[in-house]
Amino acid sequence: MATTWQEVRNVKIVTKAFGVADSHKLATYQQRGGFEALKKALQMQPAALVDEVKKSNLRGRGGAGFPTGMKWSFIPKDAKLVYLVVNADESEPGTCKDRELLAKDPHLLLEGMIIASYALGCKHAYIYIRGEMMREAKIVQAAIDEAYAAGLLGKNLATAAGGSFALDVTLHRGAGAYICGEETGLLNSLEGKRGWPRLKPPFPAIKGLFGAPTVVNNVETIMNIPEIVTKGGQWFADLGTGKSGGTRIVCVSGHVNKPGVFELPMGIPFRDIIYDVCGGIPGGRQLKGVIPGGSSMPPLDASEIDVPCEFDALMNDPRIKDVEVRPGVPFDIGGGRKLKTMAGSGGIVVFDDSTDVVALCARIMEFYAHESCGQCTPCREGSGWLARVCKRLARGQGEPGDVELMANIANGIGGNTICALGDATVWPMLGFLTKFRSDFDARIQPKKIGLPGGASGPAKIDMGAA
Amino acid sequence: MPLEFSAQSKQRVERLLTRYPTKQAALLPVLHVAQEEFGHLPDEVIELVSRTLDLPAAHIYGVVTFYTMFHREKHGRNELMVCTNISCMLRGAYPILEHIEKKLGIKAGETTPDGAFTLVEEECLAACANAPMMICGDQYFLDLTPDKVDAALDDLRRRWKERQQTTTGPRTILGVGPGGAKS
Repeated sequence: MATTWQEVRNVKIVTKAFGVADSHKLATYQQRGGFEALKKALQMQPAALVDEVKKSNLRGRGGAGFPTGMKWSFIPKDAKLVYLVVNADESEPGTCKDRELLAKDPHLLLEGMIIASYALGCKHAYIYIRGEMMREAKIVQAAIDEAYAAGLLGKNLATAAGGSFALDVTLHRGAGAYICGEETGLLNSLEGKRGWPRLKPPFPAIKGLFGAPTVVNNVETIMNIPEIVTKGGQWFADLGTGKSGGTRIVCVSGHVNKPGVFELPMGIPFRDIIYDVCGGIPGGRQLKGVIPGGSSMPPLDASEIDVPCEFDALMNDPRIKDVEVRPGVPFDIGGGRKLKTMAGSGGIVVFDDSTDVVALCARIMEFYAHESCGQCTPCREGSGWLARVCKRLARGQGEPGDVELMANIANGIGGNTICALGDATVWPMLGFLTKFRSDFDARIQPKKIGLPGGASGPAKIDMGAA
Repeated sequence: MPLEFSAQSKQRVERLLTRYPTKQAALLPVLHVAQEEFGHLPDEVIELVSRTLDLPAAHIYGVVTFYTMFHREKHGRNELMVCTNISCMLRGAYPILEHIEKKLGIKAGETTPDGAFTLVEEECLAACANAPMMICGDQYFLDLTPDKVDAALDDLRRRWKERQQTTTGPRTILGVGPGGAKS
């Protein structure tokens, strides 16, 4: 039976440790019932665990929302060597959940990893943690050391039908590159290379880390696994809505009275998140818009916030306008599919009516231009062009045709790159233009024509260059 | 005489190599060890890592210059990373950055003449709910105001001075040891 979000308002799965003293220590975790799910899992057959995760409708919490059970089932049955890699490279602007989860409950992650590894047949799992997260790296390494000392890692554990299973876990620090959050860029980085995303196929499930079948899962995704084992996939699926099981961690930042990291029911509307959970907008100002899932997602405007915060709703809800290349012409994300927005990484950025949205959009473009890895020309060059033109508008020096120019550049990047960073640049650009076009138009300076030193100041002679 | 790792760093490198099926995979962690010991990654250090991992220096150079945390030039002892991305920007990160620049007398990307601080304008550091914010090593400074920035900088400078008087060794080293063994 599916439930409404109000009925499960207070269910907590991955944030149980929040507010608990010393929650990062093994002893505290065990007192809270930690590693009980592992005992149960080890008495199950690996295939049954994969089925349970499939049944749970758990979807990837890193950004794409891909069904986790399906990802796991892509690993070839006869694979002799399999890797599990946890993506802890959280760097999507507006997202701050994994860092909190790692700091507060690293053993929940380890328990989830051991269960997932047993289900997948992985003997050595890696955690790829963002380089800048030095404090969290220390906490997670200490948790790994504790788990080894307690015989939970590195030692044979008895499993169903008299078998045994042992797992090694290694923490691997990145060194500052947003692109390493892309799963194949991450794998290259883990292999000691530049974090350049790989062409797909082959997908990591067939040829991933060191050429072996590999599953890459987000921190929050893996942290849901123990509870799915304890309470069953069906329980988890019922907790959610539609094809999205469980709860959702959102990180709300920007113009709200109570920003924070919250575990909320899947499907709670944005209006409730902003005005109830986060106490509304400061200073009595009005809402201008919301970025629903990290800076790569097209924003919602103030009229669209009654949609549920859930993967499918954000992609399909008719109350959300289609992202357009120009008024009346929807953006095609491939195969004629239209784009609304996506739930992404759970990073909700709220901005009020005092916000300069052109400057905000320019800052997003600057970010993607900085983080483009440089492999694909449309992204490498196009992101820089978008940043420069958008910044020129933000300074009030926009030229006639700049808005169309940005839309055209964006349209030329989308779908034409190896990885999704190109799209992550295009989507907010076109999203901001679709929702807040008049703000951009207002920054265009009419062309000045005159002679140097004339009454209207120095002339600007347009040579036709952009 | 070619550059060598200290005994402690050598030990860490050896432990790291047991965690990966290829030597190349240990490159990022070994570069972290090298940067902690030598402060930055000039040619001699790249050559040392090249010898240690049997990798072409050109490959290592490519990797070092790809990642923003590896630097070829000397940095200050305290690396201040100030986030100016959207969540922080909406809550006043640029005025905070300007305040720090004024207080330290340097621009983002520069190092103070005494080597105490390097100021870095950073992309999102995943503490958006506490914007604006900055980090220095493993220390977080959250919900920044000009007063909080002043206090933080004074405290960091004081501790830097104390450290200068008491130690000569490498900066605090992050544990990278395999499970079981305390690193």
